[in-house]
Amino acid sequence: MAANTVLNYLPRKSFVHQLTGTTKLAFFLLFTFASMITYDTRVLVGLMIISFAAFRASHIKLREVRFMLVFMLIFLILNNVFIYLFSPEQGVQIYGTRHVIVHLFWRYTITWEQLFYTLNISLKYFVALPVAILFISATNPSEFAASLNRIGVSYRVGYSVAIALRYIPDIQRDYHSISQAQQARGIELGKKEKLLARMKNSVNILLPLILSSLARIDTISNAMELRGFGKKKKRTWYVSRPFARNDYLVLGFGVLLLVASLVITFWDGSRFYNPFV
Amino acid sequence: MNTPIISFRDYTFQYRAQARPTLYNINLDIYPGEKILIAGPSGSGKSTLASCVNGLIPFSYPGESTGELIVDGMEAKKQSIFQLSKSVGTVLQDPDGQFIGLTVAEDIAFALENDCVPQAEMHATTKRVAGLVDVAHHLDYAPHELSGGQKQRVSLAGVMVDAVKILLFDEPLANLDPAAGKQTIELIDRIQKETGTTVLIIEHRLEDVLWRSVDRIILMDEGHVAADLRPDELLAGSLLTETGIREPLYLTALKYAGVSVTPEKKPAHPDTLVLDEADKAQVRRWFQAVQPAPAPEPKPVLLEVQGLSFGYTKDRPTLRDISFTIRKGEMVSIVGRNGAGKSTLSKLVCGFETPDSGRILLDGRDISDDNIRTRARRIGYVMQNPNQMISKTMIFDEVALGLVHSGMPADQIRARVEETLKICGLYPFRNWPISALSFGQKKRVTIASVLALGPEVIILDEPTAGQDFHHYTEIMEFLRRVNEQGVTVLMITHDMHLMLEYTPRALVFSDGRLIADKSAAEVLCDPALVEQAALKETSLFTLAGRCGIAPPEQFVQRFIDYDREVRAHGC
Repeated sequence: MAANTVLNYLPRKSFVHQLTGTTKLAFFLLFTFASMITYDTRVLVGLMIISFAAFRASHIKLREVRFMLVFMLIFLILNNVFIYLFSPEQGVQIYGTRHVIVHLFWRYTITWEQLFYTLNISLKYFVALPVAILFISATNPSEFAASLNRIGVSYRVGYSVAIALRYIPDIQRDYHSISQAQQARGIELGKKEKLLARMKNSVNILLPLILSSLARIDTISNAMELRGFGKKKKRTWYVSRPFARNDYLVLGFGVLLLVASLVITFWDGSRFYNPFV
Repeated sequence: MNTPIISFRDYTFQYRAQARPTLYNINLDIYPGEKILIAGPSGSGKSTLASCVNGLIPFSYPGESTGELIVDGMEAKKQSIFQLSKSVGTVLQDPDGQFIGLTVAEDIAFALENDCVPQAEMHATTKRVAGLVDVAHHLDYAPHELSGGQKQRVSLAGVMVDAVKILLFDEPLANLDPAAGKQTIELIDRIQKETGTTVLIIEHRLEDVLWRSVDRIILMDEGHVAADLRPDELLAGSLLTETGIREPLYLTALKYAGVSVTPEKKPAHPDTLVLDEADKAQVRRWFQAVQPAPAPEPKPVLLEVQGLSFGYTKDRPTLRDISFTIRKGEMVSIVGRNGAGKSTLSKLVCGFETPDSGRILLDGRDISDDNIRTRARRIGYVMQNPNQMISKTMIFDEVALGLVHSGMPADQIRARVEETLKICGLYPFRNWPISALSFGQKKRVTIASVLALGPEVIILDEPTAGQDFHHYTEIMEFLRRVNEQGVTVLMITHDMHLMLEYTPRALVFSDGRLIADKSAAEVLCDPALVEQAALKETSLFTLAGRCGIAPPEQFVQRFIDYDREVRAHGC
């Protein structure tokens, strides 16, 4: 009964996996910052190449993270559609020129500037996405907790994240069996039912799920307290690893990337690379 | 004598939310190195007693206490739960819920991490303790890759990383299959002998704990210590039956046969029990005097499974070529170790999963194409944990839920629900909120909510897990009444008593195959089968052997029939 988790750790033997959680967290933050701040197409393309390369190096396969990918792509499309709906001349405003391809209706015109702007937004997603997925899938949750702790976050916070990840599969299993038992009482949750009815019927799963999860929480917190969780201000970690040479290299590389992208982006005083002038 | 490691003096405790104390005036001394069984029915205060020792009271469960409790030289009331956890290691009942770490190693090391133990030392200690409880080869396993017994070993290792002086086990057998339970008792015994720790075991399954000897049994009843005796003394008396704890079956059999059980006969274990020739002759006479119950007329076939195979993944089949038939009105238990395919079988029958090959026939008709909902009209399914089934706040609504969704008119629903509630003995409570019910009553509500749909077969997953003898009897007698009304009952169970007492027939699964389909008495008198399917022999088998009665399964069957008579007439 292998419950497929949405956000799961996929253990591999790879360069990315061997980095410490702290390195991955720091690199993830540096990289995301770099990609958020810039709209410079050249920088974005450069970052995207690095991002794709890192994904390849992790030996994680695309279909293993399909759900997250699809989710993000839908988000990307929605984002672009809404930008266009609310602000069809955004690109023109930014780049200062107006090359019309075709006029649609009312205020909606497709311009080269707007298309280029949309391309840049999409590029940003493709830069950040692989690294984000990688961070989630290639970091052992306990190590993640340990690394949060190392960069100064309270271990209680870090551990609550790790423990949530530990129990997600259990709760998914609960959900699955509760839903089956409810169906066996004649409550249709299958694809035959209309969406609205299905949503209404899902309430019948929710209450038992919440109640059994609360019981779980009670047991866990007792078990944790009985074994001294929260006794001291600090704790050590079974899984935390010392920094290796690669960790320093990757961190250095991350800082370098950020600085480089900042420099290239702001060289000419604008966050945008403008091919139209 | 040396000083006690745990000492209760006129100790009374009352939970904040309750009107009356749960523990009254407890006076109890436990000495270092002792192995103590704390027994008692549900609500007798035995778990509360344990929570006082490990500090969950008052840390997690606040309340008022008077009197004195000394644990390892400390006054428990004034210590934090952390201080106490250095002396008392607790293994909780639910092996899954208390598994905190993502892997075995992390879970074992959890207490060390919290103690800021340096990593190198932590790794070494973890490895050593893992070896002690035989999980050293599973250090990087995730919890879902382990069996229930292994998880429990990990929990034990997790508290043993601290050099605790007291080990406390809260119902260690509740979630395990019989063979794993037996191994747990052996492991506890070995650990206690090797380390000299004081061991407290809280459990109502007396016979299973006594598989290895204990020094004393403390019997709790309604918040008092009802007895504090050596096992031999306690078992010779009638206190157990009076407090509603099931005495070991071999002793009940001896008493039925008219053999007097005295402490001198060492009744704590069926192998060491002293029986003279007169006693044995007495048992044989009783065996010959009891008439076997007549075999019932065979009824027409209701459910037929033919060549059923199924696997969650392609290369690893969970069920292989299963075939059997169930007749109308039968009561059958499905047994075998966790992961043998029992639950999967019930899922296939209910239509939750689709078989890879094979057919399921109901009344001779292939139901392979029927969906869950269609099958649900004739086959009911009751989950192990009632909290996972109940989705309404009021009893009436819960029982009516399935009918409401079938589109039945409201007045018919009312009539049907009320009728079902009457059968289930819940009619007086029909307008109560479910939250006001006990666990056993909730279980009954879930069974009622399935029965309301009028199924011909119901499948129950562990109907009595975690129930004491009183509640067990209540649920099972209720199921028997349901069965007598013509409903066919299939039960997945780990409880060997249940299987013997209530189901004439058992299907035994091992490794995805149906390895036996015969009477429960025959199954439990077949040592090879018992071994293969991780069951536990009944002590009646041992007794039959010692009295020279053959075949033993007939002796077991006679006992069950006789016991049913006795209990039905209430004497």
